Amino acid sequence: MRKALISTLLDMAQQDDRIVFLTADLGWSVVDVFAERFPGRFINVGVAEANMMGIATGLAIEGYIPFVYSIATFSSMRPYEQFRNGPVLHHLPVRVIGVGGGFAYAHAGPTHYALEDLAIMRAQPGCTVLAPADPAQTRSALLATRAIPGPVYLRVGKGGNPEVPGLNGRFALGQPELVREGSDLLIIATGAAACKALAAAEALAREGRSAAVAVLAHLGQEASLELNLLLSRFRVVLSVEEAFSCGGLGSLIAETVAKRGLPCRLGVAGVRSSFEEEFGSEAWLASRHGIDAASLAVAGKRLLENP
Amino acid sequence: MASQMRRWIVERAFSARIGHIGSALCIADIVAVLWGAVMRRPGTSDHDRDRFILGKGHAVLAQYAAMRWLGLMEDDYFRTYCHDGSLLGVHPEHLVPGVEVSTGSLGQGLSVGCGIALAQRMKKSPGRVFVLISDAECNEGQVWEAAQFAAHHRLSSLVVVVDENGLQAMGDTKGILDLSPLVARWRAFGWQALETDGHDPAALLRALRTRPGSKPRIVVARTVMGKGVSFMEGKVEWHYRTLSPELAAKALKELSPQP
Repeated sequence: MRKALISTLLDMAQQDDRIVFLTADLGWSVVDVFAERFPGRFINVGVAEANMMGIATGLAIEGYIPFVYSIATFSSMRPYEQFRNGPVLHHLPVRVIGVGGGFAYAHAGPTHYALEDLAIMRAQPGCTVLAPADPAQTRSALLATRAIPGPVYLRVGKGGNPEVPGLNGRFALGQPELVREGSDLLIIATGAAACKALAAAEALAREGRSAAVAVLAHLGQEASLELNLLLSRFRVVLSVEEAFSCGGLGSLIAETVAKRGLPCRLGVAGVRSSFEEEFGSEAWLASRHGIDAASLAVAGKRLLENP
Repeated sequence: MASQMRRWIVERAFSARIGHIGSALCIADIVAVLWGAVMRRPGTSDHDRDRFILGKGHAVLAQYAAMRWLGLMEDDYFRTYCHDGSLLGVHPEHLVPGVEVSTGSLGQGLSVGCGIALAQRMKKSPGRVFVLISDAECNEGQVWEAAQFAAHHRLSSLVVVVDENGLQAMGDTKGILDLSPLVARWRAFGWQALETDGHDPAALLRALRTRPGSKPRIVVARTVMGKGVSFMEGKVEWHYRTLSPELAAKALKELSPQP
């Protein structure tokens, strides 16, 4: 996803000279290509995220479109107040890139797990929170930011994220993209966890359960009409995200179901509110929180059996 | 200009029953010199104007008073200070014409100033950026992140004025977190650092009109909290206290032009 991000950004920067790229000294061998192509619009501010967000605010006040790049924890949490008092309060087109959402930096340990980024960014009024599921959708989500006048938080995976079959890079603001039809339940996922949702649906199919799968890459403060319509079609819904579900996708779906009074049983799969102390791979860490195909299939089945 | 600003500061703060009077009085001379004599077309919509950012946002009443004096703010509008529904509050609000940046959370203004100075350079604009911060604001680590950035990128159009009144919310800066020698610290961070009396307009003018070199410049201006009102001068409680009718009358009497 990082490579798709940078190659798309190069295209965008070629067409729009207001785009400026700021990094807090991260992205070695990935973002260098931007520096080579647009040396006058690339700034490594050093290891200083709070200052980076302030600089981005100043640049945006003067009409530029700054992209602020770091690992998701450092781009979302460290300069959170600066983000709120700058781009959010001043309604500025600052694009915050969070690389390595969830457990993507698994072996780096808890300081590098971005688990609350979706929740805290979603809490900011006027901030568009995007978590595309694969490289192709990263490209279309990034292109869609051209029409967004306010701040954006874009969470992407680190690397090696497979394409989600059936998604074909589709993206529209507020739009859940159906990648698999089904009638018994809906599994709705955000970010790179979408692949696991699809694999869970396949496992359920082998047991005679028909699960639809949707990718929701835009977490709004409120559900869109399209999301409302999709949720109202199902009696059982399971949300999936590699993040604390408190405040993220799980919360958005729960709030929607409650506000609309939808007759729907909801399961929420996400990172439980605790930090892992043992190190391991992303897949291993996620599976400890039930975010793997087998656990999700079990969760789906339980929901169907106990409606 | 500064004398009139001080009277307005006391009147508005008393009328609104709001504190931060001492801080606003403290920077009145600096703001008057900057807005009245140093900056080019501040608070206008001129693309190449000099920008002003008040890092120590809680003293914005001084800025509004300067804008009122210069005719950049109508008196009726100025009088809505801290009224329900007004855009004029204790901290600067960017929706107020003439205010570049909303501030209030200490330590963040200088970074935004760096971004604006960088943008001015990219746009080849002659506009400069003036950021007024306080000595205690330099407790914030972000100030030093910005200081390093500005020096590294030689943002010579950036000018910082430090209001060094030696006090902060809960006491003396020396007793809470001593940053002395402040001038030497900034110099060590790669800035052209000057020191001056923050209540002497001629000295301030000299420091602020020094020909820019290749480095960003900082002017450490020694000031007195509550300057101009005897019972407020150097008193930490006037960071927060509000005025009673008796004290307001006393303050205004002291600030009235002497025959």
